[in-house]
Amino acid sequence: MSAPSVHKAAAIRLTGIDKRFGAVHANRAIDLSVAPGSIHGLLGENGAGKSTLMKILFGMIHADEGRVEIDGTPVAFRSSAEALSAGIGMVQQHFSLIPAFSVVENLIMGRARGSVLSRLTRKLDLKAAAERAQELSDRFGFGIDPLAKVATLSVGARQKVEILKALWGGARTLVLDEPTAALSPPEADELYAVLHRLRSEGTTIVLISHKMPEIMHLCDRVTVLRDGAVVGEAELAGQALDEPAVRQPIEAALVNMMIGRDKPELPERAPLEGPVILDIRGLTDGTRLGPIDLKVHGGEIVAVVGVEGNGQSELVELLMGLRKARDGMIGIDNHNVVDWPTQRRLDAGLAHISEDRHATGVADTMSLIDNASIGFVDGAPFSGSPLSLSQKQRRIFTEVLIEQHKVRTPSPDLPMASLSGGNQQKLVVGRELARAPRLMIAAQPTRGLDIGSTVAVQDALLRLRAEGNAVLLLSLDLNEVFAIADRLVVLRKGRIVGTMQSADFDIDQIGRWMSGAVEHVATKPEETDPQTLEAAS
Amino acid sequence: MSDFITLSLFASMLHLSIPVILPMLGGLLCERSGVVNIGLEGMMLGGAFGGVAFSYLTGNPWLGLAGAMSTGALAGGLLAVMSVSLRGDQVIGSTAINLIGAGLTAALVPIIWGIDGTTPSVPKVPTPPLPLVGDLPLIGPLLAEFSLIDIIAFGLVFLVWWVLMRTDMGLRLRACGESAVAADAAGIDVTRVRFIAVTLSGVLAALGGAYLSIVTLDLFQASMTQGRGFLALAAMVFGKWRVGPAFLVCLGFGLADAVALRAQIFTDDLPHDLLFALPYVLALVALATFVGRASGPADVGKPFRRA
Ligand SMILES: Nc1ncnc2c1ncn2[C@@H]1O[C@H](COP(=O)(O)OP(=O)(O)OP(=O)(O)O)[C@@H](O)[C@H]1O
Ligand SMILES: [Mg+2]
Repeated sequence: MSAPSVHKAAAIRLTGIDKRFGAVHANRAIDLSVAPGSIHGLLGENGAGKSTLMKILFGMIHADEGRVEIDGTPVAFRSSAEALSAGIGMVQQHFSLIPAFSVVENLIMGRARGSVLSRLTRKLDLKAAAERAQELSDRFGFGIDPLAKVATLSVGARQKVEILKALWGGARTLVLDEPTAALSPPEADELYAVLHRLRSEGTTIVLISHKMPEIMHLCDRVTVLRDGAVVGEAELAGQALDEPAVRQPIEAALVNMMIGRDKPELPERAPLEGPVILDIRGLTDGTRLGPIDLKVHGGEIVAVVGVEGNGQSELVELLMGLRKARDGMIGIDNHNVVDWPTQRRLDAGLAHISEDRHATGVADTMSLIDNASIGFVDGAPFSGSPLSLSQKQRRIFTEVLIEQHKVRTPSPDLPMASLSGGNQQKLVVGRELARAPRLMIAAQPTRGLDIGSTVAVQDALLRLRAEGNAVLLLSLDLNEVFAIADRLVVLRKGRIVGTMQSADFDIDQIGRWMSGAVEHVATKPEETDPQTLEAAS
Repeated sequence: MSDFITLSLFASMLHLSIPVILPMLGGLLCERSGVVNIGLEGMMLGGAFGGVAFSYLTGNPWLGLAGAMSTGALAGGLLAVMSVSLRGDQVIGSTAINLIGAGLTAALVPIIWGIDGTTPSVPKVPTPPLPLVGDLPLIGPLLAEFSLIDIIAFGLVFLVWWVLMRTDMGLRLRACGESAVAADAAGIDVTRVRFIAVTLSGVLAALGGAYLSIVTLDLFQASMTQGRGFLALAAMVFGKWRVGPAFLVCLGFGLADAVALRAQIFTDDLPHDLLFALPYVLALVALATFVGRASGPADVGKPFRRA
């Protein structure tokens, strides 16, 4: 509660930072001061300007106005290279590793100093760098192989490499932009331990996150942004946050500052009984997944949980027809679709919110209108005939999506890349919901979304359920699973190792299943019971 | 006798591959940095012409070589301005280089020499065989076929490989080609790296052209590169943007050329034009069949702009 000691210069002091992107006023005269050796949280809705502010600090974006001071010295970084050499490291919201390179290559790229001639002729000492990387990785218990190609690493491992990269040059100030958005809970816990350790060693950390528990657990102080301006600050250090009576009002106040109202609640849900919509039997791709059996009924949300890389992506690709099944069948509404091409499956009522919007969900350089209307063949309001699209209808359709899902943008004609991360996700989710699917495959549907939008998407999935449709939810966020799923299955090493009804959700048991502490639990007879299926085709 | 034939065939393969190898190296540097360069042909023509013109004007073939390199740097610099600084479409930019290269060089011949088509002879770069090596056992007779300039050309293959794969500058360059955003976040000046790479590709391609015009021959003729810039491009793609494999492909093209030349001497009944089409046919077949999904640098072709 006490003001940070006046004599100690702030590790970071931003004064009057202002930045416009065309019509968007992303940062409005922002003042921010971060005490040395503290963890400072930065909160705000999607598009509030958090990433922009931190990229300005990091020299990647140039502010229109304002000053930056590091340890009391004014600086004006023209590029991230200058920020890096001033001891600032940043982990970007979107991965900034090169998949084709090895871990060490990613760590050392752009870092060598010395004359141009020596850098042009002298052999890179990859071996020494690898040893140093190994040391650093061991120090934090990351278990990263420095010579592994990044393309072969799991998302969690990549996040750790990002952190190693930010720390590589001996950064004393670390900016983390939603570092746990793609991590499973145990992986996130490891990261929290690392951050605590860094702080105790004197590193100053700025943490951007939408996850309230994480903010409450880690931060000494938080600043809340709304619409590009600072709307409030709160000191968390020294508060007894373990006491719900202390924590809850602070949390509620922060949420209120962020979204201007209280946290919206999800509606109550009653069990629904529908016919089987998705019926997977003996499905395997011959390598990473299966064979597995799984049924999802109408009016049911089934969550697939597990540590990243245990067959989740393979399952989604098999269902979408992006990967070939070696054996088994996929029933959708009593049709075996296992040999159907993707388009036919979409026509049969499948929709898919993809896990990695950058790889498969959006075309970055195309406009919002194009991105919103991709993939509809017929049935969409804007397809006049198979050969023509109505531009006007497409625009209206997109504007409705933007309106409904509160996508923050000045115009649907802008390229997708101009949206903040969370707003891109909202558009993708809106587009998939607009297909009015019979079966929705939602992979990390709320990744990177702010609190309000998260609830809105979860609510939309619940509405799909209430209408008697089936939802297969793949989520790393157990809170989300507990909030909306009727049943969960745990995937480990490509097999289903456990099943649980929502009434019996037990986080410890799930953790044991995920980590393999109990191998091969017999699946429920309901799952394996051979049933006749009036398979067409 | 047959020994002699294989040896000289081998030597002629190496000689004929040099004007493909040099632009291939240029194209490879350029594309690994993230800029598409289908303008190698135009840059080669510029170099071939520049070499002859400077050699003619100064009377010194070495200055001709330097002139060729400057022409190449100019052509490369022009492409860099269009596609890196101004962020224009890279395919269109390099196509423009091809058109300018072919048109301007053909137009300048009558202006400088007052005649159309082929220029008169100009001083050519001397190519004395390397001294002393002829007496070496085994490889001696082969090495005796080559001059300093050939050795430098092959040395460049190693040099480009070394810089690209083993040094910090190479890592930076490859990073720009794989992900400009990631490179930028790592503090690499993407625009500068790409600008330099594109300019260098012009220099290397121009050297390839000059090798034809003032090392092998001593004159310039409109369109004398005969599509070697495109062969170089094919070699680069077929070699999957890697120096070693692409180099081998260039040797393959050189061999096809050498065989065509030889066959022309030894047989009368084969149509010559068909024989000389051999490398191009080979390139086509190779590209259409073996390559499969060519895997180039991930970010190639995309202009980079910071917010
Ligand atoms: N390069 C850009 N061009 C145009 N507009 C941009 C650009 N970058 C950001 N914006 C806009 O600036 C605003 C702030 O974006 P920013 O990425 O800082 O949000 P954020 O707080 O990080 O949100 P999120 O939680 O979704 O990541 C958004 O409205 C966004 O659309
Ligand atoms: Mg952001």
